[in-house]
Amino acid sequence: MPGPAIQTENLTKDYPTGFLHMKTKRSLENLTMQVEEGETFGFLGPNGAGKSTTIKLLVGIIFPTSGGAQILGRPIGDVEMHRNIGYLPEQPYFYDYLTAAEVLDYFARFYGFSATERKERVAKMLKKVGLETAGKIQLRKYSKGMLQRVGLAQAILHDPQVVILDEPMSGLDPIGRREVRDIILELKREGRTVLFSTHILTDAEMLCDKVGVIVGGKLQGVGRPDEIVGLKSQGMEILFETDATNPKSTALLARAARSGTRYTLRVSEDSVYAALDELKAAGAKIASVSQVKPTLEEYFMHLVAKDRAQAAAVEVSDHK
Amino acid sequence: MNRIFSVALNTFREAVRDRVLYNLVFFALLMMAAAIFVGQISLGIESIIIVSLGLSAISIIGLLIAVFIGVGLVSKEMDKRTLYALLSKPIQRWEFLVGKFGGLVLTLTVNTAAMAAGLFLVLLFVKRSMENSDTAILVAVYFILLKIAIVVALALLFSCFTSQLLAILFTAGLYVAGLFIHEMRNLSGSKVSPAMQAFFSWISYILPNFENFNVMAAAAHGKPVPGSLILQNTAYAAIYCVIVLAAASVVFSRRNLK
Repeated sequence: MPGPAIQTENLTKDYPTGFLHMKTKRSLENLTMQVEEGETFGFLGPNGAGKSTTIKLLVGIIFPTSGGAQILGRPIGDVEMHRNIGYLPEQPYFYDYLTAAEVLDYFARFYGFSATERKERVAKMLKKVGLETAGKIQLRKYSKGMLQRVGLAQAILHDPQVVILDEPMSGLDPIGRREVRDIILELKREGRTVLFSTHILTDAEMLCDKVGVIVGGKLQGVGRPDEIVGLKSQGMEILFETDATNPKSTALLARAARSGTRYTLRVSEDSVYAALDELKAAGAKIASVSQVKPTLEEYFMHLVAKDRAQAAAVEVSDHK
Repeated sequence: MNRIFSVALNTFREAVRDRVLYNLVFFALLMMAAAIFVGQISLGIESIIIVSLGLSAISIIGLLIAVFIGVGLVSKEMDKRTLYALLSKPIQRWEFLVGKFGGLVLTLTVNTAAMAAGLFLVLLFVKRSMENSDTAILVAVYFILLKIAIVVALALLFSCFTSQLLAILFTAGLYVAGLFIHEMRNLSGSKVSPAMQAFFSWISYILPNFENFNVMAAAAHGKPVPGSLILQNTAYAAIYCVIVLAAASVVFSRRNLK
């Protein structure tokens, strides 16, 4: 059984603040989590939650205050481990005096590829990210979305086992987002481990095997997207059509919400059959019956609100 | 080694595509034109003036490039965050620093060589022939290059932990101080207290000694430069650069990027 591709243990990061750097601000607190090999892991959280800090710690851009992490069984301080990881920074920026082909060729040199191999890989990657016709244009003339594509290309140029993407969809138009999603799905199909941060919940729900929610530097929960929000049903939802003039429908319609010609009725799991009988008697046409579960967004907003309330409580007790 | 070479090559490419560098080369050509003009109005000492002016121009331009581009070598990459993607590649931070240093020194070598070639062409134009004693000019150019390499290493060190403006001030300050090493060691006859004399004497061995690199006057007058001085300056510059780069590596390897 393969071991975890990414493993962190009590990973903590404090940043010095103030003019003399005498105070510190905790950006990440005791993060312990695992991402299994071949898994697509979504790192969710609002801005400033600690997502980018975690990613920067993993790729060696910053160093932990305490705790540690391993990628593919090797400590994060070991740069040789970088042969097997690909990283897309948030809002990437590259040498703007180079063309996309040149910048990819430059990065490919660090993996020891021959000139022929580099040329082949660069052409393949430019095609993959839809930049084959813009490969010879200097990056200073690139749009934000195009730079994001270059960033993605350099991250997967060397076929890494682990791909770490910091906000890969940010700054992209709907077409660009779709293309990035397709690339992530392709990486997933190829069996690569993908960790990406996002605050776009639909992306996480669509792509991830597992998500981790981080708020205020603390990991609030890890699990499958449906698992993490809790399996507890919030009732049943019945979508139906009916003749509003039918007097038998009046009681039902008073409890239902209207959307165009259709009505939605929310009932408890215990009373769903009684409600269906009632609708049948009123001559309503049932379109669908579905279980109501909280969405990832609702869960996410609940955690953010909880964290803010806790922070406010701490502030009040400090003032006392 | 390949990784250091890749960074160096990219640094060289950046400098070549940087318009500031072209302006400085243009400035060099202007200086050469001025040398010809001064040479024409100086009776009998044209070559001395041309060599002095030419070597001074090579030195000043080289120092300006070393300081102004040197201080941006690391801080610019940190500010623009171009380092993020690079540091996720299999490269050690010290390899990146040495590559940056090598790239700028390579740029300055090409730049200095081009200016030196221009100086020799002007000299040939004025004197109509070259003499054996003119090899001292080559030695002077070589010493300028060694001096510039030390300045690049210092600028790189400051670039690792401070802002560009402060790095310029620190590097320029150390350069100026390095021109007065002899005076610092010979304060015995002055009114300075013995404690201060001891301090200046001690610090003069830490500061870069740029005085030994100045053989412009000898070169202008066609006097030979002793081989022992060439060896001594080469070894001094190499050791000084290694020490400064090692210090820069220690600072940079612990640096958290923004």
